Amino acid sequence: MILARVIGNVVATQKNVRYQNARIMLVQPINPDGSTRGATLLALDSVDAGEGDIVIVVQEGWSASTAATGEQGAAIDSAIIGVVDEIDVGST
Amino acid sequence: MQIARVIGTVVSTIKNTELDGRKLLVIQSLDSNLRRVGKPLVAVDSVGAGVGELVFWCRGKEASFPFEGGLVPTDCTIVGIVDSPQHVTNPAPT
Repeated sequence: MILARVIGNVVATQKNVRYQNARIMLVQPINPDGSTRGATLLALDSVDAGEGDIVIVVQEGWSASTAATGEQGAAIDSAIIGVVDEIDVGST
Repeated sequence: MQIARVIGTVVSTIKNTELDGRKLLVIQSLDSNLRRVGKPLVAVDSVGAGVGELVFWCRGKEASFPFEGGLVPTDCTIVGIVDSPQHVTNPAPT
């Protein structure tokens, strides 16, 4: 999984049927120290995350589909599966 | 699978229920010379690993297989603890 910060969301009226009632969030991957890395991506929310939250994003189809929709087989490859309270990476 | 060093911990209260009670660790993948490669990831632990340890991890759907029922949503699971850096034998380049 990767760490990311929720920076917004996307509204789409016309979308795949399995995305009904889903919250499509725009997330920015980050390093454990909070610095940004790489390009933003879309992930379906499964834990009621909000803008500004640091979250855990799973990037694997079965996990993302079951977490976000409750069933496998949806065309979803990323989902937010946790809201981070604290990251401790010591001095490394 | 890849070798990695456990470099930290993640605390998350609000998370997928299948992750309840699971330990989340920050890992840094390493190459065969134990040099850093790629960016840090969050991994679910399945073997009792801790910070500072040398481990190996599995990616993809297969990462959920170590857990009962295979229902844990994870794409990165620690599946072994390497005994010591000396136990990583790196054949000399030919």
